[in-house]
Amino acid sequence: MIAFLVRRIGQALVVMFIISLLSFSIQDNLGDPLRELVGQSVSEAERQKMRDSMGLNDPFITQYWRFLKKAVQGDLGNSYFFKRPALEVILEKLPATLELVIGATLIILILSVPIGVYCAINPRSWFTKVMMGISIVGISIPVFLTAIMLIYVFSIWLGWLPSFGRGETVTVAGWETGFLTTDGLLHLILPSIALSSIMLPLFIRLIRSEMMEVLEQDYIRFAWAKGLHRKRIWFIHALKNTLLPVITVGGVQIGTMIAYTILTETVFQWPGMGFLFLEAVNRVDTPLIIAYLIIVGLIFVITNTVVDLIYGLVNPTVKLARGHT
Amino acid sequence: MALLEVRNLEVRFPLRGGELTALRDLSFSLNQGERLGIVGESGAGKSVAAFAILNLVSRPGYISAGSVLFEGRDLASLAPEQLRSIRGNRIAMIFQDPMMTLNPVLTIGTQMVECLQAHREISDKEAREIAVSKLRSVSIPAPAARMDQYPHELSGGMRQRVVIAIALLTEPSVIIADEPTTALDVTIQAEIMELLLELCENNNVALLLITHDLGVVSQVTQRTIVMYAGRIVEEGATRSIIDNPWHPYTHGLIDALPERTHRGQRLNQIPGMMPSLSAIPEGCAFHPRCEHMTELCQTQIPGYTLRDERRVACHWVEKQGESR
Ligand SMILES: Nc1ncnc2c1ncn2[C@@H]1O[C@H](COP(=O)(O)OP(=O)(O)O)[C@@H](O)[C@H]1O
Ligand SMILES: [Mg+2]
Repeated sequence: MIAFLVRRIGQALVVMFIISLLSFSIQDNLGDPLRELVGQSVSEAERQKMRDSMGLNDPFITQYWRFLKKAVQGDLGNSYFFKRPALEVILEKLPATLELVIGATLIILILSVPIGVYCAINPRSWFTKVMMGISIVGISIPVFLTAIMLIYVFSIWLGWLPSFGRGETVTVAGWETGFLTTDGLLHLILPSIALSSIMLPLFIRLIRSEMMEVLEQDYIRFAWAKGLHRKRIWFIHALKNTLLPVITVGGVQIGTMIAYTILTETVFQWPGMGFLFLEAVNRVDTPLIIAYLIIVGLIFVITNTVVDLIYGLVNPTVKLARGHT
Repeated sequence: MALLEVRNLEVRFPLRGGELTALRDLSFSLNQGERLGIVGESGAGKSVAAFAILNLVSRPGYISAGSVLFEGRDLASLAPEQLRSIRGNRIAMIFQDPMMTLNPVLTIGTQMVECLQAHREISDKEAREIAVSKLRSVSIPAPAARMDQYPHELSGGMRQRVVIAIALLTEPSVIIADEPTTALDVTIQAEIMELLLELCENNNVALLLITHDLGVVSQVTQRTIVMYAGRIVEEGATRSIIDNPWHPYTHGLIDALPERTHRGQRLNQIPGMMPSLSAIPEGCAFHPRCEHMTELCQTQIPGYTLRDERRVACHWVEKQGESR
């Protein structure tokens, strides 16, 4: 268990290092931060002086080394635009994004497991056929299109749900949450659905195909031969084995959802990290961009670690978390 | 009245190229405490027959004709809930490969207790006690400790013992064992077979033993059925079949037994191969491999000749009987 965590933290550090190196090295291609930082009125000589003082003219290695030294102390530099530590700016937006991802994940979990299982058990029913059809379509519709359609139907046409921002939020222990107010929850619905729209059909199909494969196994046939109730066969014997591979594949997919938040947050004006990131790119706010990429990388690594831990807990043939090895 | 009576059972698999009949006209009966063997080459339809008895033919297969009478009820047409109350309770089954039979994510204890609780109103504690005693009866060391282990922590032989213990849990009157030792290491095959035989004898359980090994059948069973290409070709008392086989195919099987082969000599395999069930030859399915084949054999499926409590499906045997 400890060896596993140490190995994981090691992996995380390597990933973080690579992300920082990559994002740091693309910054020259993003545009000139000075143009955004100061107006047209400033002369070229003065600009050069500012570049010198900011260290922008130093060789790449020097700049990167300086950055790394600070980064390990949690200092990712100041945002050019907000004139505040980039990490602080990003972390303020973290709750909004995470709550969006949690909302979408809940939708995915609550819907995909029962639907996937039903479709596996009743491969010939009309519901299954409809679901399989819809899921193919669902996978191929881009998130922003789904988002716009949702807004059009539920906000503009029916007027049931808000489509803009987070609504009312409360701050609990430094975490700004929309989960605790009705208004916040209402605001979460459409963005969460939009964000889940790609992954949900993917999960339904994944669970269905895994479950169908499991249902063919000898141990399921043996369970029938033992005269067990079919509910027990489906929901204990088959589902447990189905969810094992789904946890691994699914965990990675949920991490990937962070990437889709950029689109979703933009369409719904959701004040999260993705929205902020897009603004930072427009403003060539390099420290903020780098801070975003690093935080997202970190979330990715954490998700994968948690997924591996859960997998180890559920799968008795993996010993990492079961103590006696 | 026999305990289990299979009548004209037929199983079909609708496949893309048309329907395949995997089992035709299967009829036999099994008495209380009797041990009956079904032998035949791989692909003869033995497993299909075993599953069909429990009405558990795998999709898309289905029972297309016939009946399976057990304690006065026809399993082939019974309602699901009544069928469930017989499976694993009155008729238990042992599968071929113990590495695949037990659920990898559930403990041995869970897989035993659930079986008892599916058929009886019984507390967890009572169920565990019965389970442990059954594990002990199949000579598993430290039975109580096994309850909390997962299948992967046990060897193949131990797992098959667990499967046998599960089969015995509810004290069934019939056990169907589909090649219970084929997947095991040769060194423990005899051991497991003996255990099964002993348990069936002691508990007065009828055993339907499916195997491709006539040697095993001769040691364990009282009566034998020989299957070829989805059909019974010969049935009779095991002793008389081994000593005096009628059907040319049975003859071939016995000649191929290792102990019938002289040292240094090659095994007397029957020439040719059993046809696939999707391409069964016209007439007698065995005719292309048969030394007594006549024109009749190529065109007409032989009916059963009944004589001396034996039956055989062979034109050649039938003719011999007439001329005698
Ligand atoms: N699920 C299935 N789908 C299609 N055909 C099957 C299926 N199961 C069995 N069969 C057919 O039945 C034949 C006999 O299979 P089986 O009963 O397993 O033979 P064995 O005598 O070796 O146990 C196979 O060769 C195949 O043609
Ligand atoms: Mg078989």
